[in-house]
Amino acid sequence: MALLLKGGRVVDPAVGLDATLDIVIRDGVIAEVGEDLSIPKGETIDCAAKVVLPGLVDAHTHLREPGREDEETVESGTRAAAHGGFTAVCAMPNTDPVCDTGSGVRFLLERAEDVGVVRVHVIGAVTRGQRGEALAEIGDMRAEGAVAFSDDGHGIQTGGMARIAMDYLKAFDAVMISHAEDSSLSSGGVVNEGVISTRLGLPGWPAAAEEAMVARDIRLVELTGCRLHLAHLSTAGSIALVRDAKERGLPVTCEVTPHHLFLDEEALSGYDTNLKMNPPLRTAADREALIEAVCDGTVDCIATDHAPHALHEKELEFELAPFGTTGLETALSLVNTHLVSTEKLDWAAVARLMAHGPRAALGLPNVTLAAGSVADITIVDPEAKVEVTRDWLVGTSKNSAFLGARLLGKASDVLIGGYFALRNGKVVA
Amino acid sequence: MLSCKHILTMDDLSAADIVQILDTADSFSEVNERRIKKLPTLRGRTVVNLFLEPSTRTRTSFEIAAKRLSADGLNFTASSSATVKGESLRDTARTLSAMSCDLVVVRHKYAGAPQMLAESMDACIVNGGDGMHQHPTQALLDLFTMRSRLGRLEGLTVGIVGDIYHSRVAGSLVPALKKVGARPIVIGPPTLMPARPDVLGADVVYSLDEALPELDVAYMLRVQFERAERMPFPSNREYARFYGMNGARLAAAKPEMIVMHPGPMNRGVEISAEVADSPRSLVLDQVNAGVAVRMAVMYLLLGGAESGVAA
Repeated sequence: MALLLKGGRVVDPAVGLDATLDIVIRDGVIAEVGEDLSIPKGETIDCAAKVVLPGLVDAHTHLREPGREDEETVESGTRAAAHGGFTAVCAMPNTDPVCDTGSGVRFLLERAEDVGVVRVHVIGAVTRGQRGEALAEIGDMRAEGAVAFSDDGHGIQTGGMARIAMDYLKAFDAVMISHAEDSSLSSGGVVNEGVISTRLGLPGWPAAAEEAMVARDIRLVELTGCRLHLAHLSTAGSIALVRDAKERGLPVTCEVTPHHLFLDEEALSGYDTNLKMNPPLRTAADREALIEAVCDGTVDCIATDHAPHALHEKELEFELAPFGTTGLETALSLVNTHLVSTEKLDWAAVARLMAHGPRAALGLPNVTLAAGSVADITIVDPEAKVEVTRDWLVGTSKNSAFLGARLLGKASDVLIGGYFALRNGKVVA
Repeated sequence: MLSCKHILTMDDLSAADIVQILDTADSFSEVNERRIKKLPTLRGRTVVNLFLEPSTRTRTSFEIAAKRLSADGLNFTASSSATVKGESLRDTARTLSAMSCDLVVVRHKYAGAPQMLAESMDACIVNGGDGMHQHPTQALLDLFTMRSRLGRLEGLTVGIVGDIYHSRVAGSLVPALKKVGARPIVIGPPTLMPARPDVLGADVVYSLDEALPELDVAYMLRVQFERAERMPFPSNREYARFYGMNGARLAAAKPEMIVMHPGPMNRGVEISAEVADSPRSLVLDQVNAGVAVRMAVMYLLLGGAESGVAA
């Protein structure tokens, strides 16, 4: 059956599009893009006043399956992704058990096939059990479909282990995603070390603990030649290191999260555990440096680090509560509210940061709005009003750092291979 | 009456509140000298001591204060409470709330626990020490002790010496001193300083001997080895040499300088036995003041002016 997306503002810098155009989709593929198109039979979707983007992909998602299905599952997490406008998510391996074998990868891909609402790409562990001691079966996982490798949640503490991993990954043309944290510097830290840690009497997690590891990993790129993607960078110092590495032509990419872009440590007036994340919220100056780096192209992608947690665990004392905020459902609305509607970014930049950037960084097949591309498409209503409430969130866990926020703009429709995953703002089961 | 419902941090108290608490504590101090020390003021009110971290002096002090005001007091300690059975602090709060307690004193290993309780129940909450954050009644009893001995608070220079980083006492005493017009200086090795001591409002000095001649009060803190991940200085001997209060330092200080310590003391580390037992040490005066100040806090939070102090 054919589908006609009529009269939307079609934006895709990868193929030089930014105009009011129609898109015809046939057999899950974009058949034609142009003016005044029509289809003899099929369905027409009115996209007037909407923005049509290549499908957004989240490079950093925690789906919690297997192990913590009470917090999120492949099904609920991909529903949340569709609700937020994503056509694909990349699942981090810190599940229980850790995804560190080919069968672990296959399990997740089969679950995604059975119950996934959007596409799921699997990120495998770099080391067995993410313990940082011995290589996981990287080749096996790659052969079963893992797209990238990461010890996210911990980082690889010793340089020797990281070096072996980065050397080995080259054989399988796979990118290493680094969770940059020197645990001997951050140990016990729960908020940014500085004003807020002092005021609240909480152990600090200093910027240097991230930056020292970013510097080490960049040096290891020079030593090994392995491609490196730096996850959830949070400090001005990390950005400076990445900018320098890119200027020197190193294969280094990075992501930042919406919470580090749109919140800073000043939000921690009390002990709201939904604002406890790893890395922690940083200073206003760090936040401004991140926004500048997003706008000037130093940052490759905005990734959510969607980290669902059970309410009874987030209700613990701040030092005991787990790190993380959910993010899939609010990311696009936040980007529109704070960056697009304020004219810091245009929609082409959003396509770069949330569709092409993450795919390029993780080596995923590209998705565009040109004829012939798979019809993975995100349609945005930039004027939609959103109030982030527990009821509005469709994911299983409600630990959003943005609960109570009023945001502008939301995905209205998500198409995956020409099929609706989100339609008129409602997730299609 | 105080301007606040809870005392979670020193921020809850205005300068006028502090003066009112100290003046009220003066009256209770006289009561504590009587043969019959009990007042009927809080008869029928329920005070819970929720002590989820081991404590002897603070718990005992609150307990005696509650008894002297005729409140019905009960103790929840870490070993007897449901928390060891896995109950969350919020559930404990809801449970206590359902039992209609009037005031809860909470001591907790982690910062922010009193605030969590205040958000989850109707009772007045008094922070009895939370993690590395604050311990407001300790600061109040310290102010009371200084005022009783030195006759004033305004203009005093108070050196808080030692493990500032782990100290909830310093966390409350620094802002308390600022509120009453005194000048706090935090003194210690950089390894025992919080990341940004300036945000507390204190001057920062790394040399005790440099600051010593200015001090009206030397407030010695215990080094909390149990909270430190790594030894923050090479040896106790070296620490005592640079940051310990001893006879020689006492002799070099202003003759009227007093020495205070929140206890428990590590004799030979931050304070020599000679100083601890000298007449210039007010350690036991602090303990004594603790009961009167905590009576004042409970009275002002629960009874207010309506029932009158003099009984």
